[in-house]
Amino acid sequence: MLSKKNLQLNDNGDLHHLLAIEGLPKRIIERILDTAESFVGINEREVKVVPLLRGKSIFNIFFENSTRTRTTFEIAAKRLSADVVSLDVQRSSTNKGETILDTIANLTAMHADMFVVRHSESGAPYLIAQHAAPHVHVVNAGDGRHEHPTQGLLDVFTIRRYKKDFTRLTVAIVGDVLHSRVARSQIHALTTLGVPEVRVIGPRTLLPADIERLGVRVFTSLEEGLKGVDVVTMLRLQNERMTGALLPSASEYFSRYGLTPQKLALAKPDAIVLHPGPMNRGVEIDSAVADGSQSVILPQVTYGIAIRMAVMAILAGATR
Amino acid sequence: MKIAIRKGRVIDPASKFDAVADVFVAAGKIVAIGEPPSDWASKKEINADGCIVAPGLVDLAVHVKRGTLTTEIAAASAGGVTSMVCSPDTDPVLDEPGLVDMLRLRAQSFHSTHLYPLGALTKALAGVQLAELSKLALAGCIGFAQADRPIVDTQVLLRAMQYAATFDFSVWLQPEDVHLANNGVAHEGEVASRLGLAGIPSSAEIIALSTHLELARVTGVRLHVCRVSTAEGVGLIRAAKLGGVKVTADVAINHLHLIDLDIGHFDSNYRLSPPLRTSRDRDALRAGVIDGTIDAIVSDHTPRPEDAKQLPFGEAAPGATGLETLLSLTLRFAESAKLSLTEALGRITHHAANAAGLRAGHIAVDAVADLCVFDPGAYRLITKAGLKSAGKNSPFLGYELPGVVRATITAGHIAFEAAA
Repeated sequence: MLSKKNLQLNDNGDLHHLLAIEGLPKRIIERILDTAESFVGINEREVKVVPLLRGKSIFNIFFENSTRTRTTFEIAAKRLSADVVSLDVQRSSTNKGETILDTIANLTAMHADMFVVRHSESGAPYLIAQHAAPHVHVVNAGDGRHEHPTQGLLDVFTIRRYKKDFTRLTVAIVGDVLHSRVARSQIHALTTLGVPEVRVIGPRTLLPADIERLGVRVFTSLEEGLKGVDVVTMLRLQNERMTGALLPSASEYFSRYGLTPQKLALAKPDAIVLHPGPMNRGVEIDSAVADGSQSVILPQVTYGIAIRMAVMAILAGATR
Repeated sequence: MKIAIRKGRVIDPASKFDAVADVFVAAGKIVAIGEPPSDWASKKEINADGCIVAPGLVDLAVHVKRGTLTTEIAAASAGGVTSMVCSPDTDPVLDEPGLVDMLRLRAQSFHSTHLYPLGALTKALAGVQLAELSKLALAGCIGFAQADRPIVDTQVLLRAMQYAATFDFSVWLQPEDVHLANNGVAHEGEVASRLGLAGIPSSAEIIALSTHLELARVTGVRLHVCRVSTAEGVGLIRAAKLGGVKVTADVAINHLHLIDLDIGHFDSNYRLSPPLRTSRDRDALRAGVIDGTIDAIVSDHTPRPEDAKQLPFGEAAPGATGLETLLSLTLRFAESAKLSLTEALGRITHHAANAAGLRAGHIAVDAVADLCVFDPGAYRLITKAGLKSAGKNSPFLGYELPGVVRATITAGHIAFEAAA
């Protein structure tokens, strides 16, 4: 059997690429969270810039559109004083002949130091990392249904800010787990940090096969699954899921799995509600919950910048 | 040309002959085993001391495109393969007699392998209208297949089998329900769920195979099941054989060695069709080969250009190159499964030929001289540079495998000889 090397770590065990939470040691996750903590302060200052990555070139390569994620990576890079270029590489243009690897080779020739990659196919950032020049770092900004590691990190960062001790928490992830890279990253982050019970809640059509093997408890009833939880993560349900046989309608989905104040009352009184955004109000979440006192959805967005700054700074070796 | 192969251990799975003997070849046939014919004068002597002299390999699953025939025939010879059955999904597909003639004539011009085409069962493999099976059979097609294109309409499938049964043509089908397979790229299970890859459930194979076997029973057609991949599939074939259905089956050698976990970090060389499944499935496939439920082991040779594999897993073309590793991987399988060399070689020679209705894979006086001489104790490293195939897409790159082919003889002609 060939060795299946962990591409993310270099020979010293330091982070070289951020491709997935799965396989990341706890010490690295904690270091990212601690570093992000120091950047939260910077983001609250009037002058929100530090010179850690001055002279570094970061390319955001988005093979799949995402204005929000791309923007947070751009802001994070700029606050670290990096030169940042964002490219929306439409799938059609790559289909015209230039392959992903051609694109990467061209950008490497422009002396890129880091690629932030979003792609609709699971594993695309691995392909890029395998072919990148040795000094170039790759950050996965979401690949297909696989992982969205910076989202998973900002989720656990948010949870840590409100809940402190991971080893006493019960966390529920609700909705379209099947198509969700956010769910996969969050599950791995939580289990690595020692959360004793991670639940996934959804109809069987939206739960991946053998998902229990990732160390989660499976619930098909929202009411059952929410009982006594400390944290609820609602997943986005995309409209195209309604067209096939996965679900009958948005309103039926909401009646079963939509988070309303009544359903949230089944969780612990101090439970917090996360959502990776963008939200579909009235589909997976009621506005009264989204805008309510238990919602930490907007702080997640704020912390997302600190997390992305921390990841970039650590990868570039700017923090010790 | 008169060839004498000296001092090799001759193994013929068909007759269970296994002894050190000299083999004498003349005018394309084996003329003597043991003592030379009277007045023998060799044109060529092959020293097979320490080697095994086996029938040339019969590979029931080879995908060739027109432009790559030269390299792929060279790959076959280097791998000890002397007979190959070609899938009809060439470009254009083999649904007209003229195209079959052209392919066979081109292959014959190399004098180094017997190429047996499968014709398209339906026009353009579209699964709608029957192809001209009788005309295609006259042109040399040995059976009829759909490659990886399904016949969605079960009525069409029934008619195709009835019509083929009328003339005793065999029908070769890879069982996969197109709706259940949907856009899947990996076995539906823990690995696909972790990697976020769309899954192909085992039920996609089980349901299609159940349909195929029932229609084969009803029509009495000779059905060859291509590339079984699930434990349940092996069970269905075993039961159908016991129930008197005229069914034979093959498995890709990759599936006897690899499982979905081997995909690792999205290695596209492990994207295969059918997908690699679980260790439970692999063990059942191995048991199916050992008890004879599965008649043949095939390479499922699918060479792909580098850029068809240098893509994210789900976008990469499925398939692996395999002609040059079939023998070595079969030897390795025999070793780990404690299967005798005679039995293991039978699955890539005599039993495979029988399943396809070919007169091949047999060492005997007066038989066609298709032979493979290999050193079972020698090992070689699988590298891209070492492969003659245009496809370098092997899941076994970097493996050290047993069995090195020293010479391949096809119809008495030296198709391949390793440099001394």
